Amino acid sequence: MRRYSAFAIAREAARHHQGWERAWKSPAPKKSYDAIIVGAGGHGLATAYYLGRNHGIRNVAVIEKGWLGGGNTGRNTTIIRSNYLQDPSAAIFEKARSLYETLSQDLNYNIMFSPRGVMMLAQTEHELRGWQRTAHANKLQGIETEFIGPKKVKELCPIINLDGPRYPVLGALWQARGGTARHDAVAWGYARACSDMGMDIIQQTEVTGVRRDGGKVIGVETTKGFIGCTKLGIVVAGHSGVLAEMAGFRLPIESVALQALVSEPIKPCMDVVVMANTVHGYMSQSDKGEMVIGGGADGYNNYTQRGSFHHVEETVRALVETFPIISRLKMLRWWGGIVDMTGDRSPILSTTPVENCFINCGWGTGGFKAIPGSGWAMAELMAKGHSPLAEEFSLTRFREGRFIDESVAAGVAH
Amino acid sequence: MLLLECPYCGVKADETELTPGGEAHLKRFGPGSTDEAFEEYLFLRPNPKGVHFERWRHAHGCGKWFLAARDTATLEVFGTYTAQTTEPPEHIIDAIRAKRPDWSQA
Ligand SMILES: Cc1cc2nc3c(=O)[nH]c(=O)nc-3n(C[C@H](O)[C@H](O)[C@H](O)COP(=O)(O)OP(=O)(O)OC[C@H]3O[C@@H](n4cnc5c(N)ncnc54)[C@H](O)[C@@H]3O)c2cc1C
Ligand SMILES: [Zn+2]
Repeated sequence: MRRYSAFAIAREAARHHQGWERAWKSPAPKKSYDAIIVGAGGHGLATAYYLGRNHGIRNVAVIEKGWLGGGNTGRNTTIIRSNYLQDPSAAIFEKARSLYETLSQDLNYNIMFSPRGVMMLAQTEHELRGWQRTAHANKLQGIETEFIGPKKVKELCPIINLDGPRYPVLGALWQARGGTARHDAVAWGYARACSDMGMDIIQQTEVTGVRRDGGKVIGVETTKGFIGCTKLGIVVAGHSGVLAEMAGFRLPIESVALQALVSEPIKPCMDVVVMANTVHGYMSQSDKGEMVIGGGADGYNNYTQRGSFHHVEETVRALVETFPIISRLKMLRWWGGIVDMTGDRSPILSTTPVENCFINCGWGTGGFKAIPGSGWAMAELMAKGHSPLAEEFSLTRFREGRFIDESVAAGVAH
Repeated sequence: MLLLECPYCGVKADETELTPGGEAHLKRFGPGSTDEAFEEYLFLRPNPKGVHFERWRHAHGCGKWFLAARDTATLEVFGTYTAQTTEPPEHIIDAIRAKRPDWSQA
């Protein structure tokens, strides 16, 4: 792989950009692999990457039914933070956030990580106490967050309306090291690095069955035929239930649509991420100037990557109240992704009832921020059979009543 | 926007008038049952990409719970029916079969 650098740009400019190599290869599948990952979203690609980098397992294929990064990884609003309430969440999300800090250098691919700060507004007394509690929890977890008052909120985000008629801003949970990154670049950067390690990324190939022999996985049926494997990692977000059914088990997961939208580009007016959980809306400004807006998930099972109008209306209505400046903005694009929701709103990184078959799912509305940490933990789990970061997120926690309850802590999609 | 007909009041209601209530026809298990059965009832869901039986409440109408058969991959609605039943009625099954000949009931 030829490295990207300022020098490379100059060199290629001098020869009319004829010399750039393809970022990753598109090989035909081999007969079998040591490990197959189903799903080339951020989590699947990161899993493959750390399998190679941390555990020396490089005979790996990542199989993707569409194009890599075309699932939720390419559809999310890219908020990165680690200010969760429960210790296991804080550990894996903080691992991810800290890996994000140097990911561009590690991958030699600019993922545009922008630690601009994330602010989660408190707009009711209840929320105020909730965020103060989270700030205390974060202190104990060694995660740098701070509860700030309305004055500081206004200072950090001048376009905010502090005394909205319905929900005045009473303060916020502030994580200065949180922010955003370029979602596509995260998938592309990992893909390029995986391909460089000799891994096969096989796109436009759907997994249609999981072949087992005596309770053990031996490979997958695909639209390009059978491909054998020693270990299988299922990392397909909204389609986890479909894959689990192929492998013969059930998950505590339901798939619903989550939507987002962006406005026409405007001049820089907001250099932090603001989440308003009570009114179900959040916003940041992309480097292109578009206001990136997200809201709550739909309440019913859905695989169509389309959401309902009234949710968008709800979101936008709330945000216009909080940011009156956006009231006359035109919206450019609107899309949906299918998110995999668990009851406690925490992910599943786990072994499964099928031997050598592992699953990573349940990131729901908030897994972009977790990609590096999740891949790190999933790779360790697949290579060694256990991982300290993944331990609490096992499938058995539901039966055993060991929930990692983040639904109370977050309350909204992000 | 989803439109579902409330089988009690006959109103064709759009989704803003309704509250979704998750999978229908769950078999309830309580004290004395096995851990497996309890886990199955509380947490595990088929979450199908395709035909789904589900609960809805006519929240801003008559307030009653009813059931619907819907395709989660296309958003097509096969029909709605009252909640006083432990399995989908014959006419709903027929409506699904007519449109999804390959479908088999789990
Ligand atoms: C609108 C929206 C906004 C969001 N905002 C945020 C945010 O601000 N911050 C945040 O942290 N998270 C956010 N999220 C959540 C985040 O996007 C996801 O948690 C994360 O991207 C999941 O990544 P993944 O790799 O697990 O899944 P995906 O990126 O969805 O990848 C799964 C892949 O599996 C493939 N696949 C499925 N079935 C098969 C099959 N049978 N064979 C082969 N391949 C298959 C799919 O095509 C897909 O490419 C948001 C999500 C949405 C939808
Ligand atoms: Zn009614």
